[in-house]
Amino acid sequence: MATKPGEGMRVALFATCANDVMFPDTPKAVLSILERLGCSVEFPEKQTCCGQPFANTGYFDETVPVVRNFVDAFGGYDYIVGPSGSCVGAVREQHEMLAEHAGDAGLARDVSLVAPHVYDISEFLVNVLNVTDVGAYFPHKVTYHPTCHSIRVAKVGDAPMRLLQSVKGITVLDLPDSDRCCGFGGTFAMKNPDISTAMAADKARHVAGTGAEYLVAGDNLCLLNVSGVIARQGGGVKPIHLAEILASTEGSAA
Amino acid sequence: MTLVHRQSTIPVAGPPAPRYEGPNRRTPAPPAGELVDSPGFPTAARRELDLPVQRGNLHQAMTTIRTKRQQCVSELDHWEELRLAGEAIKNRTLRHLDSYLVQLEENLTAAGATVHWARDAAEANRIITGLVKEALADEEVHYDGTGVVGDEVVKVKSMVTQEIDMNEALEAAGVAAWETDLAEIIVQLGHDRPSHFLVPAIHRNRAEVREIFLAEMGTYGKPAPPDLDSEPRNLAGAARLHLREKFLRAKVGISGANFAVADTGTLVVVESEGNGRMCLTLPQTLISVVGVEKVLPTFDDLEVFLQLLPRSSTAERMNPYTSMWTGPTGGDGPEKMHVVLLDNGRSRVLADRIGREALRCIRCSACLNVCPVYEKVGGHAYGSVYPGPIGSILTPQLRGTTSAVDRSLPFASSLCGACFEVCPVRIPIPELLVYMRNQVVESKKAEAKSKPGMPFLAHGEPAAMTGAAWMMADSRRWSAATKGVGLSGRILGKADHLGPMPWPLSKWTNARDVPIPPQESFRSWYKRERGGGSR
Repeated sequence: MATKPGEGMRVALFATCANDVMFPDTPKAVLSILERLGCSVEFPEKQTCCGQPFANTGYFDETVPVVRNFVDAFGGYDYIVGPSGSCVGAVREQHEMLAEHAGDAGLARDVSLVAPHVYDISEFLVNVLNVTDVGAYFPHKVTYHPTCHSIRVAKVGDAPMRLLQSVKGITVLDLPDSDRCCGFGGTFAMKNPDISTAMAADKARHVAGTGAEYLVAGDNLCLLNVSGVIARQGGGVKPIHLAEILASTEGSAA
Repeated sequence: MTLVHRQSTIPVAGPPAPRYEGPNRRTPAPPAGELVDSPGFPTAARRELDLPVQRGNLHQAMTTIRTKRQQCVSELDHWEELRLAGEAIKNRTLRHLDSYLVQLEENLTAAGATVHWARDAAEANRIITGLVKEALADEEVHYDGTGVVGDEVVKVKSMVTQEIDMNEALEAAGVAAWETDLAEIIVQLGHDRPSHFLVPAIHRNRAEVREIFLAEMGTYGKPAPPDLDSEPRNLAGAARLHLREKFLRAKVGISGANFAVADTGTLVVVESEGNGRMCLTLPQTLISVVGVEKVLPTFDDLEVFLQLLPRSSTAERMNPYTSMWTGPTGGDGPEKMHVVLLDNGRSRVLADRIGREALRCIRCSACLNVCPVYEKVGGHAYGSVYPGPIGSILTPQLRGTTSAVDRSLPFASSLCGACFEVCPVRIPIPELLVYMRNQVVESKKAEAKSKPGMPFLAHGEPAAMTGAAWMMADSRRWSAATKGVGLSGRILGKADHLGPMPWPLSKWTNARDVPIPPQESFRSWYKRERGGGSR
């Protein structure tokens, strides 16, 4: 076999706080894909959160130490890869603003050194490693929800779809109105729960209509929101993170 | 910049005119209560969500207009260049707003118009009411139709006159102000408030419109035909007959302006029905109320905006009627022309380096049409003349962040970002929503400092946010906290999902299940499997 695409690359795994605690299978999947492709993966233990939940709720002053912790944890890596378009987008789009808000030139400099090296797993695979076929096998019908922050903040484009379509055995079904928000929106789901669930119900209805067995996305919290409604309605469509599909192989029991 | 220095004397938008509560109303009364008294977005939104007919109407209309806009915009290969041009022209205008406004005033005056400056809503209403009274003073009414006859004006649909609640100010002065835009007359006759910039009656279906026309038209003018059905053309026909009488007898027309061209002194109104043109050409006196941000430097700039606006708003290549007027002309159209240039908080927004981008808005409503939150609740939930995503950033900037509704508006979004994608002048609405959220938090902190008692950051949400952020600033604290989650997973045992939970988690679990947390965090697994990470 030729050299693996990630051979010689040192990659920091950015697990994200929500995945760390609620969905540990997702960062495990990222680790497994990256190692399969030859990357040398490290998990900087100092990492916690990107700060987005606090910044997006308006608590800028309180978020600044979280940003400081992020650059301390990930400084020096050429590749920082995480399974969340939302968190990756927040690092790239918000950290500079927060450093500016704090009037902290040192932090702004550190942010400018770290943020451009942060990638969502899908764009890292397609745009950096130049692979779409990662050797995955997933013999199921799936439909893909491109989460808002994946497409509009992290701007991962069609990378997730290209990866999915290269998975062996998979059937990818079109999701109507796929680019409409599922209603999660971080604290929006708590501040405006009724609208949030009405939006999630629309998404759940579209998902159910595809006949898919799995709903795939690149952000577990959006999946949590939609699948929470699906589960309450007694629907059988299972949520799954894109990375977990990509990590599945013929050898594994997916 | 002069306007920036004026900030200290013009703190926020002045309050609009209160609803006229005196005897002998001449126009249908709007709903009780003032917009700014709205209880806040979440409460108002819940009320609107419970209107199934409105939800259906909104869903259908929004889906149609979104699809049409997408088609119309994709016809142009250079759409993004047009957006960039629109953004650049507006930015240049705002940077030199003081000099463009002076140039506009000079050229309007040279063309024969009289220019008035209004700092806030009260001043604008005082000027307008005075001008209307003066114009109507020597009026002789020759009218033998039905309905109430007397002091009245006809209006072109205008957001800015709604912002200052001009109709109520005129009502208080004994003048009936009649809306002539088809959707606007549905709202006015329905004792209602507009729900949308462009399609104010978007929350109504044709059966509701028929009922409103049958019930109300006769009280205020020519009644609807008793056999009126709910066919759109027949509804439009009834409105045409009702309005025609008002057009023919009105001596004063009042308009806003979509654009005000500085180098020629030309005002521009774009519309779809031609009713606006009737108001602009038939009355003897025309009063145009124009927000100071409506200026465009040159006539050539219209090339960009007359492409951006109709495609973004009505999903049309060109709107059916574009009216431009450069002063009055003897024997053709109005004999007297007044222009009221309104600040009402705009110079304050301009002084904010970040927030000022909202002033680029050309009121196309594309952001409303694409917003999944707006689609669920409609415009009334926002407690503002400017609803939807743009209203959620513009209104609290204009009015300040002191009222409950203004404090809730920046949070009336899931930050999905669809609004920025469609904005023809590229206003970064999601970023400004987050910026305004911070302004709200800061204003609450400042307010709490001046009050005795529990500090702001010790209350529910602030405490949760500051506590969690404090925990996230240090991985040891985070690591310790996450051990508890694994424990709760073990306690909860074998169930698949968590059902309803107590407040505040009930806000999530009332309609959604939550899977039980896993027993081991990734961090612990990694440490166990790999013997600890780096650093």
